[in-house]
Amino acid sequence: MMSIQFGRRHALGLAAGALAAPMVARAQAAPVKIGLVALATGPAATLGTHLRDGFLLGMRHLDGKLGGRAAEVLLIDDELRPDAAVTKVRAALERDKVDFVVGVVFSNILAAIMRPVTDSQTFLISTNAGPSPFAGRGCNPYFFATSYVNDQNHAVMGKAAQDAGYGRVMLLAPNYQAGRDAVAGFKSEYKGTVVDEMFTPLTQMDFSAELARIAAARPDAVFTFMPGGLGVAIVRQYRQAGLANIPFLSAFTVDEASLPAQGEAAIGFQTGTSWTPTLPNEQNARFVRDFEAQFNYVPASYAAHAYDAAILLGSAVTKTGGNLADKSALRNAIKAADFRSVRGNFAFGANHFPVQDFWLAKVAQRPDGKFQTEHVRKVYDNVTDPFAAQCRMPAG
Amino acid sequence: MSLTLLLVQGLNGLQLGILLFLVAAGLTLVFGVMDFINLAHGVQYMLGAYFAAYFAAQTDSFWIALLLALPATLLVGLVLEFLVFRHLYDRDHMAQVLATFGVILILNDGVKLLFGSAPLQVPMPAALTGGFPIMDGLLYPHYRLAIIAGGLATAGLLWWLVERTRVGMLIRAGATNAPMVAALGVDIRRLFMLVFGFGAMLAGFAGVMAAPILSVEAGMGDNLLILAFVVIVIGGIGSIRGAFLAALLVGLVETLGRTMAPDLMRLFLDPSAARQVGAALASMLIYIAMAAILAFRPAGLFPVRAS
Repeated sequence: MMSIQFGRRHALGLAAGALAAPMVARAQAAPVKIGLVALATGPAATLGTHLRDGFLLGMRHLDGKLGGRAAEVLLIDDELRPDAAVTKVRAALERDKVDFVVGVVFSNILAAIMRPVTDSQTFLISTNAGPSPFAGRGCNPYFFATSYVNDQNHAVMGKAAQDAGYGRVMLLAPNYQAGRDAVAGFKSEYKGTVVDEMFTPLTQMDFSAELARIAAARPDAVFTFMPGGLGVAIVRQYRQAGLANIPFLSAFTVDEASLPAQGEAAIGFQTGTSWTPTLPNEQNARFVRDFEAQFNYVPASYAAHAYDAAILLGSAVTKTGGNLADKSALRNAIKAADFRSVRGNFAFGANHFPVQDFWLAKVAQRPDGKFQTEHVRKVYDNVTDPFAAQCRMPAG
Repeated sequence: MSLTLLLVQGLNGLQLGILLFLVAAGLTLVFGVMDFINLAHGVQYMLGAYFAAYFAAQTDSFWIALLLALPATLLVGLVLEFLVFRHLYDRDHMAQVLATFGVILILNDGVKLLFGSAPLQVPMPAALTGGFPIMDGLLYPHYRLAIIAGGLATAGLLWWLVERTRVGMLIRAGATNAPMVAALGVDIRRLFMLVFGFGAMLAGFAGVMAAPILSVEAGMGDNLLILAFVVIVIGGIGSIRGAFLAALLVGLVETLGRTMAPDLMRLFLDPSAARQVGAALASMLIYIAMAAILAFRPAGLFPVRAS
């Protein structure tokens, strides 16, 4: 009996050894796994769709490979619920062993998954959410953003209003954290008179009362931050109320994600942005052309920043020769940002946020009938975000 | 605040009140006659808007879209009544709340599957695109006037139906004492179904009318539903007249409060605090008004049910 048991054990050991050998071989050629956190439920899912399609187009332009290794994208729907996002991202880290976590539309989701991802020494690349704490004191050696710090687009419009010489401006935003941040961001660069600040409940869709106040105060311009469906409502009502002769300045309110529903009502309305489909560089032309050919809609900045993230990862993994184990080398390779961005100028600052240009853009209708934002003039040239100075980047 | 601005805001409040009334009318009848809490009523408002968006895209005409959307919401209302709600009439309120909440979740996600998650728009009818200058620099869109007119006409029609017709008499009787009406030989189930379908269609009508000024998106009915419940509680459950007056009251309090609360707060606070406190206070105002009214009239302004 003993000998048989020994024999069995021996045989099992042999079999295990025989199985293990090819597994090691396979591990070396194993695909690079990327967890792509793209919102797919709720009214804001359009933004996640832009993000997902932008990233997937980037992977297609890289022939599905990162640094010569096959790449696999795992789609993760964060459901706009921090608890769901953490559960799913943890599963991707522990069960699927993803090498990168990329994406995230909303800041509260990013804040929730920040620690789980970076604590596991996995690189997290935000392609949209850019809460200021992570650019300042909370900067992290395992975190990069290819987008912006949230406040920057508002500050861009403040500067643009200042440059345009508007002496009296009225501000309108929903009464929640991001809305108050928008107003603060605008005022950080605008030195003229703020006639009034109006805060509306996040669920309010009819702005007739606020529009009447605007008409009564007759400001030189209106600045607003109304994301998603709120933006569709305010843009159409603003036009219907005959107020369009007062310049409409905005951030995250008129973009390619909302323009299909805003249509003609948004023409001429202005926005502050880091990217538009019209930025004149070869990489951008190719991105927009192929994106529209494949997905049949005009990409928004959510798609462009995600596309950049894919191309960035391709450049970084090529630099390390496909080696993902040496975290420090990989970090340096990402930080080098040795790729051609759809935004033209692109570099990472010390806090791992982009140093880039910002534009004043205007909504226009293209000859084919579709709507897009078109850059008007550069507001900031190669600018570092105002929080970078607070960042003391810890050694990884 | 100038008198003209006050007038404009009054008109805005009236328009919100009219939309609220159309949603609340169905809700108060269903609650009053059948003692059935239908949280999914707001979904009918959303469906009306989605049907309008779909039919308008197909036919390029708002009016045809309106004509098609009304029977479509009626049909959905009847189908839901047949499949789900009629099995709940004899259950307690908690079961009704749970089941109708489930219907909200299913339909909200259903429209996303069918129409996508991006907000849609409904073009304004060409004849009503303009506006008249109501004050310096501000146009009051003709379309919003049409909403007020359409809503008032519907309210008149409803009053006539409920107060002057035989079916209306049965509905009023049912709201006062449903078992007695059934005992007198009236097919109360059929009456329920009629009221239900009609209420659904009214909410759908409100959705169609709101679609050209708001954005059409999943969940758009949920916020209005909360206000509609406030309306029927203030107005007295089951009372069309109460719902009408309460809807106008809520619409006016909400709109005027929103514009005046920040100004009032400025008398006590510094400007930036006044803006935020004012905005917060404005969103509480209708609930404060509701509490005040219920303190004096616990059954609402026009109580119907026999105690």
